[in-house]
Amino acid sequence: MSGATPILEADRLVKTFGDFTALDGLSFAVAEGESLGLLGVNGAGKTTAMNLLLGLTSPTSGMVRMFGLNLWKHRVEILRKINFSSAYTALPSNLLVWQNLAVFARLYGVKHPKQRVDELLELLEISHLRKSVTGRLSAGESTRVNLAKALLNEPRLLLLDEPTASLDPDIADRVRKLLRRLQSETGLSILYTSHNMRDIEEVCDRLIFLHGGKVLAEGTPGEVHEKFNRSSLEDLFIGVARGEVASIGLAPK
Amino acid sequence: MPFSLHTVSALVLRYVFLYTRNPVRFVELIFWPLVDLLVWGFLTVYLRKQGVGDFPTAITFLIGAMILWDVMFRSQQGVAISFLEDVWTRNLLNVFVAPVRTSEYVAATCMVGVLRVGVTLVVLTMVAALAYQFHLSSLGLALPAFLANLILFGWFLGMISTALIMRWGQAAESLAWAVPFFIQPLAAVFYPVAVLPSWLQPVAKALPCTPVFEGMRAVLAGQPTPWGDLRHALILNVVWGIVAASFFAANLRHVRKTGLLVKVATQ
Repeated sequence: MSGATPILEADRLVKTFGDFTALDGLSFAVAEGESLGLLGVNGAGKTTAMNLLLGLTSPTSGMVRMFGLNLWKHRVEILRKINFSSAYTALPSNLLVWQNLAVFARLYGVKHPKQRVDELLELLEISHLRKSVTGRLSAGESTRVNLAKALLNEPRLLLLDEPTASLDPDIADRVRKLLRRLQSETGLSILYTSHNMRDIEEVCDRLIFLHGGKVLAEGTPGEVHEKFNRSSLEDLFIGVARGEVASIGLAPK
Repeated sequence: MPFSLHTVSALVLRYVFLYTRNPVRFVELIFWPLVDLLVWGFLTVYLRKQGVGDFPTAITFLIGAMILWDVMFRSQQGVAISFLEDVWTRNLLNVFVAPVRTSEYVAATCMVGVLRVGVTLVVLTMVAALAYQFHLSSLGLALPAFLANLILFGWFLGMISTALIMRWGQAAESLAWAVPFFIQPLAAVFYPVAVLPSWLQPVAKALPCTPVFEGMRAVLAGQPTPWGDLRHALILNVVWGIVAASFFAANLRHVRKTGLLVKVATQ
């Protein structure tokens, strides 16, 4: 992927909240068709980074470019080409599934909203939920409806914030497989934050391990844990979470 | 890409779905205004029987004032409650990461305010005519000017309420209902500005709704429509509009900078 054109570039992003530095000079790029994972323990800066990339929070310093455009100057233009799904947001619970999707299809300027909604419901194997009340769906069904919303505009970049949180292993596995399939079929780029090592290993080509708002390591999942002489990504994660980083001789990059 | 009416209509459609999917929402639109109308209406009947007031029309002021106040209140609620709907349903982030300009979002909530006013106004007008023989149409050509000024001021109060809720979070959501009532004692809704202490009168006259309520009383008393005062109300509305938009924009910048926007949206 290294030769491909980056569609997302984060350049020396810094975010401070009072005395607390949530992100300390984060730089990375996502290439066309690449899936990049942001991994880190609580407070590492993953969610802050995601919020900056979505324009929900403004950076203290640094720059975000997508498709070669400055996010803060071309926000609406950029948002038309990307989409987002998170375990921590919801669609209005008392609306029917098709109503929620129809509204977002119009917001994203989809040309044939009804047709696109039907296509996605079929793709995600949830056509039977079309007339269901959104708030009465199971966690797995809600995740798939949220994913349908996130795919409405055929995004070139999909930002996913812990999409498999609260899903049982079977549904989480289906979601991961679906994302891989979408990526191979459509060339979609994905930026993925998660606590779940399996998500990162299965979905992401490359990962950035964040710690204290800085990049601790970067590479393929295998490269990263080998670099730290740990048996697996999970082992590394636990080591970082327990403050053993110094003991294994690592310095933040 | 310019301001998109298509985006505004998609957002309005969402609020229409929200209301039609939940009949309880209509309680707020119809029940509370009706209760107010019945209380003020029966008070009017009682005062009429007691012979209170120098002239019989005096007591109809109360019903007219109540209905026009509700127009402004529903307009303000359209903006503030629509924002809260997004917070309550944890949908705010989905909207803010969609290609929606802030101006389009605010315009959609203003349109919801107009729809809310429409529903409430139809019900109140009919009940007032049938139960108390009070005809809102007796305000004549001034009525559209009264309504337009009140709806505009309602929008601006709604924007101020929303900005405060964004800044202070859900703990401050009661402001969505309280903000209009902060100004009610000064707005000459049920009594003339002259009743207020002289030091408070300039404050009352700085509110765009004050000339409307004063004008309503004048028209009901058979005096000519005070068009000059209504023009003054429109100018005040322009000033309030600039202040409300600036306040909203400054608060949005602040909550983006401090991360409060995400906090409010995911509470």
